[in-house]
Amino acid sequence: MTRRALAASAAVTALALALTGCVAKADLASAIAVDITDDGCAVAAATAPAGAVTFALANNGSDVNEFEILADDQLRIVGEKENVTPGQEVEFTAQLGPGTYYTACKFQQVGAPIGLAEFTVTGEASAVSADEQELADQAVTEYLSYVRSQSAELLPLVEAFTAAYAAGDDDETARSLFAATRVPYERIEPTAEAFGDLDPKIDFREVDAVADGLEWTGFHRIEKDLWPPAAGDLNSDGQDALKDWAPSTPDERQVYADGLVADVAELHELVTADDFTVSLADISNGAIALLDEVAAGKITGEEDWWSGTDLSDFAANVQGAGVAFGAVRALAESKGDEGTALATEIDEQFTALEDALSEYGSLESGFVDYATLTDADKKALSDQVNALAEPLSKLTATVLGV
Amino acid sequence: MSADRSSGGGVSRRQLFGVLGAGAAGAVVGAAGGAGVALAATGGGTTDASGAAASVYPYFGAHQAGIVTPAQDRLHFAAFDVADALDREGLIGLLTEWTDAAARLSQGLEVAEGGAVGGSDYSPPTDTGEALGLPASGLTITFGFGPGLFTDESGADRFGLSARRPAMLEPLPRFQGDALVPEMSGGDLCIQACADDPQVAVHAIRNLSRIAFGRASLRWSQLGFGRTSSTSTTQATPRNLFGFKDGTANVKAEETAIVDDHVWVHASDEPAWLAGGSYLVARRIRMIIENWDRVQLGEQEMLVGRSKGEGAPLSGGTEFTEPDFDKTGATDAPLIDADAHVRLAHPTSNGGARMLRRGYNFVDGNDSLGRLDAGLFFLSFQRSPQQFIDVQTSLARDGLNEYLKHVGSAIFAVPGGVAEGEFVGQALFA
Repeated sequence: MTRRALAASAAVTALALALTGCVAKADLASAIAVDITDDGCAVAAATAPAGAVTFALANNGSDVNEFEILADDQLRIVGEKENVTPGQEVEFTAQLGPGTYYTACKFQQVGAPIGLAEFTVTGEASAVSADEQELADQAVTEYLSYVRSQSAELLPLVEAFTAAYAAGDDDETARSLFAATRVPYERIEPTAEAFGDLDPKIDFREVDAVADGLEWTGFHRIEKDLWPPAAGDLNSDGQDALKDWAPSTPDERQVYADGLVADVAELHELVTADDFTVSLADISNGAIALLDEVAAGKITGEEDWWSGTDLSDFAANVQGAGVAFGAVRALAESKGDEGTALATEIDEQFTALEDALSEYGSLESGFVDYATLTDADKKALSDQVNALAEPLSKLTATVLGV
Repeated sequence: MSADRSSGGGVSRRQLFGVLGAGAAGAVVGAAGGAGVALAATGGGTTDASGAAASVYPYFGAHQAGIVTPAQDRLHFAAFDVADALDREGLIGLLTEWTDAAARLSQGLEVAEGGAVGGSDYSPPTDTGEALGLPASGLTITFGFGPGLFTDESGADRFGLSARRPAMLEPLPRFQGDALVPEMSGGDLCIQACADDPQVAVHAIRNLSRIAFGRASLRWSQLGFGRTSSTSTTQATPRNLFGFKDGTANVKAEETAIVDDHVWVHASDEPAWLAGGSYLVARRIRMIIENWDRVQLGEQEMLVGRSKGEGAPLSGGTEFTEPDFDKTGATDAPLIDADAHVRLAHPTSNGGARMLRRGYNFVDGNDSLGRLDAGLFFLSFQRSPQQFIDVQTSLARDGLNEYLKHVGSAIFAVPGGVAEGEFVGQALFA
């Protein structure tokens, strides 16, 4: 993803102000019609002048839907209107600065965005500077939306993946879905970790589960079934991989499959609860936590020990960190030259890390097996993680201005 | 001085005044260990009330500290590779920040304002904190430039410096007994941190590495725990892990004429930017000590050419008696064997070549065979790399080689001293 500044100044980072209540009739004339269907999201115009952009949403589908405006990384949600019920017509206004955006809908409010379409905002950045509180509120709104959208995407992916696993369809389907299924989870990992016992159930590695005396479940239990060890293979901690482990029976597979679906559903329920929120510090700390995830587990190849798909997790962690940073960047930039310099530095290092990762593949097309990287390759990635993590570690203090 | 100053003198890290501000442990004018100036035992440092060698050496001076400074007890040495994306401006920025940090650290200050506990609760501390409350402990920080900084492996001139590369600055030739590991050799930049407290030396390298993130990263590093050379006549000769005194005939700081001739690069030498500097050779020499420890005492002494207890040459006398290589014993054989280490390393065997040795013992755990991974981390400073090459070439016949393995090798050009307001190596970029 590229993280070009959406606008020249912090002041105009899209401030999506979902208007509830009535919109004056005069506005409707200039509103951009959006025809929402179960499998489509037709936006009547692909461009608009900077400022307040109003969309007239009409849900012509069979079930609840939502409309989203995404930043040019297609990840960060700069505005959204949720709970558009079948037959409903509603207006939604977003304050958009010049730049490239994407519009999309989300059928039943879960899964991947539908009908993704480029949307260009032209003209000059508004000179009106948003006050800090507004930027802070916007950051929280944005990041919350992101966490919810990722958990919503995760759910159907996990359902499909675990169904293939439970059916014993390892070669054709389950193995090929493993890395991609984990991506939305890895993007919001720190949020999941905030719910004490969920992350261990979903994402513990065998050595951690054993050390904590927990029953080992989740992604990595399934992973070991899909890429079973041969006699003599070792776990990441150097122990015999076959010790206290046997391939799951069909019945056991069903248990692990159902368990992962239930845990991911619970995660989704928790993050979509009305009272779930995040603080500014949660967001910026989340960014650094994702980098720590990379530095601690992925760079050593210990995360996806059997599948070798560590780089996919790595890239998803980096993306998640990028979105978290994007959510608070305007706030950082509002703190004077130091904040602006820090944001610029973080931008540069994100770009450098993404460039380094791109040598090994992409989330779209997949990454090479981590085992094919030399120590020198890993060191180069590790150096770049350090280069990014160092300025990123200063983000919280800058954003909070303390 | 503040109340939380610990014993041993020096400046507490909690006092945040300028590096050479009032009270900075007596700003000493002149070079650290200044060549041409007969200095007291403290090598330009300050003394505490008891008159014991104290622990603050000035950072700024005609030469970098850490060369003729009386060798401290502990070492943390680090070699770095610069990042692919680094440009000339970025390199200058790094050297500037390193200089500022080194100037502060060597005076016993924290690496930056705010430090370990004085900053925001929501920001990582600027200083890592493990040296809080410790004095400067004689910390010196010495920077060097490897061949790769001037021309990288592919021949690229990354920083517009290749025309200024010293002709002699290239990887050392292969020597008898080399078993070099690439990961333990070379490097674009180096930092030698020496102190009387290992925690202080490690703290320096750790914080300087952190400053470099994104611009340069550690390639290899080495801890050393006991100096193997005296660099001052005031110091007792220490022992290496063979159990022998090491550095008896080393160049001493007080021998200013010899230091001037053999250690410092002169303004008349090429290149001019290196004037007042030196060449640093680093060799990680693994000792096969389990085998050595099975060697008979007489054989050990014959291989070295000195007695084990006193360190006297086998031709007679005491430790500081000049060896007599012609003197023969009852059998008409020379008392100092033809292949004895002391003979082959001696200036008379090497066209008068001398160097200032500043090595350290190391023990880095053990190998998979259950042998201590131990040896000598050899460091020497010389006016020309040829001095080291000559001596090492003549050591090809050294009987000790049977018990040695050279696993790491690196060479660096060490720029001259830094004046206040400059960054280390500034003349190179002028």
